[in-house]
Amino acid sequence: MTEQISILIVDDEESVRDSLYNWFIEDGYRVATAESAKGALSLLESDQFDIVLADIKMPGMDGLEMLRLIKTLRQETVVIMMTAFATVETAVQALKDGAFDYVTKPFDPDDLSHLIRNASRQIILTRENEGLKARMVNLEKVEDLVGKSVPMQQVLEQIESAAQSNSSVIITGESGTGKELVARAIHANSSRRFFPLVAVHCGALTESLLESELFGHEKGAFTGALYNRKGRFEMADNGSIFLDEIATISTKMQIELLRVLETKKFVRVGGNKEITSDFRVICATNKDLKSLVESGVFREDLYYRLNVLTINIPPLRERTDDIPLLVDYFIQKYCTSMNRPLVTIDSAALRRLEEFQFPGNIRELENMIERAIVIGNGKKISLKDLPLEKNLIDSSAESLDDHEKNHIFQILNKYSWNISRSAKALQVDRVTLYNKIKKYNLKPLE
Amino acid sequence: MMVQLPITLISFGYLQKGIIDPIAADVRSEFKVPVTVREGHLDLSLFYDPARRQYNGNHLLRYVDGEFGNDGCKTMGLFSVDLFIPILTYIFGQAFLNGRTGIASLYRLGDEKYGMAEDEGKMSERFSKEVIHELGHTFGLVHCHNPVCVMRSGTYVEEIDQKERHLCSRCREHSGFH
Repeated sequence: MTEQISILIVDDEESVRDSLYNWFIEDGYRVATAESAKGALSLLESDQFDIVLADIKMPGMDGLEMLRLIKTLRQETVVIMMTAFATVETAVQALKDGAFDYVTKPFDPDDLSHLIRNASRQIILTRENEGLKARMVNLEKVEDLVGKSVPMQQVLEQIESAAQSNSSVIITGESGTGKELVARAIHANSSRRFFPLVAVHCGALTESLLESELFGHEKGAFTGALYNRKGRFEMADNGSIFLDEIATISTKMQIELLRVLETKKFVRVGGNKEITSDFRVICATNKDLKSLVESGVFREDLYYRLNVLTINIPPLRERTDDIPLLVDYFIQKYCTSMNRPLVTIDSAALRRLEEFQFPGNIRELENMIERAIVIGNGKKISLKDLPLEKNLIDSSAESLDDHEKNHIFQILNKYSWNISRSAKALQVDRVTLYNKIKKYNLKPLE
Repeated sequence: MMVQLPITLISFGYLQKGIIDPIAADVRSEFKVPVTVREGHLDLSLFYDPARRQYNGNHLLRYVDGEFGNDGCKTMGLFSVDLFIPILTYIFGQAFLNGRTGIASLYRLGDEKYGMAEDEGKMSERFSKEVIHELGHTFGLVHCHNPVCVMRSGTYVEEIDQKERHLCSRCREHSGFH
């Protein structure tokens, strides 16, 4: 514990400085001394000390004035004031100005040990607390939301305004566009950020499981309910609940959900005690909820209850400007997590990615980059590292010639431009294949 | 490998032979180096603070170091007077960390100082621990968190009783004693 704590002793008496210095050095603290308040403040400007043990009566600036200045320099510094002439007034003043404690010289060795141990404990707890808070913020940091394109900027603006409010949000977008990340971003920037964001993937659970998952259950509520269990609504108290694939829930669950959203009250499965929880709902779906309402699959009242704010995330093919940024981001992410030196991507491969349609959106791009880093040469991602062959087909091709050209090009790439093997696969002779290559002006990839 | 210096125990004032010899034996057995015992003479009144009615440990340590210490050994001054340093009400002993000299006093180590019956054996054991502790500082050891290590900080006698007379394996390794 002491290895991490540093102490600055401020006293105009050399013998006091020396005594304390030797005492704390033997305890393994990092110790420095100053003979005046001025000297101490200049040390504090260049170095950081956890504890300042300072005399009150010193020539020039006194200890109390120094205490006030230390607190403006670094609020969390623990300052202990010492004096040989104790008065109640100075003690009260010192404590009012933020001193951790006030002791009268000389001290009992045991008191000094206790005092420093208590101060160290407080410093360590404060550090731990700050560390945990930072970790919490980091956990919820939404650095995966990368993009400078106009559609993405609009999404970020919507996230910001959604975070300021407490209303329900529906996030729509194709699979793999990052709906959960947007939900996390809303939560992380809201006033609920120090409370949990509880995610439930509604599509992955049967009706009865989802019911028990959301509302919790009492012991013996059903076979296998061996213990009382809190539901996700209860866990999300003061925080947010993220209901993914909301369109998949049954009509019965829609009714129950509507009731909970309106009252914020519910009863555990098999229980009779009403539980109140203060949560904010964020939903996501890749379906068109409005058309599901029109077709009677999704309840209109629930739809309007949820649809206070809507954020639509554009598919990746509509924001190709973001692809270079995303590629850089995923390279950085995976090289770091695999403990590998950073790789680059060659311009042809990047160009091809920008032309690609990405039906699986960012998730597909992310997987592609991860795979390329795993199988690549560790220096540069090139076209051969990317599983793009199938996708070189231009979806806008309508003529037979265009389709033939694309198909031949795909097969040639598949067999690394080995003419014999490609011709065999295409079930034509080599001369025909040469003629087609010439006709369509096909060339190997760079 | 670190060459360990011999140790000289210097008794100042009246300290019974029966107390010094077991301490020298304990020190020898703990540090495995030659231990010499001798008597020293100094005018203790120079270190007496009438306001506190105690002896200034800082001045005494510096004096013993200057007059009796040498670079060829670790010197330990043994006293029977009440020691203090300006900031603390009392000390059992002190030493120069990684230096050549330390001092210790048995003044506050006897049970009779705390209203109990005199127990010479207990006092001698506490003094041994205190001397080994201060010598540990001269060998560069700081306080240890192991509750039974002799290098654990002890600010009252019960704390001294809780620890053993020996360095823990970690302190032993740190100081180069194996």
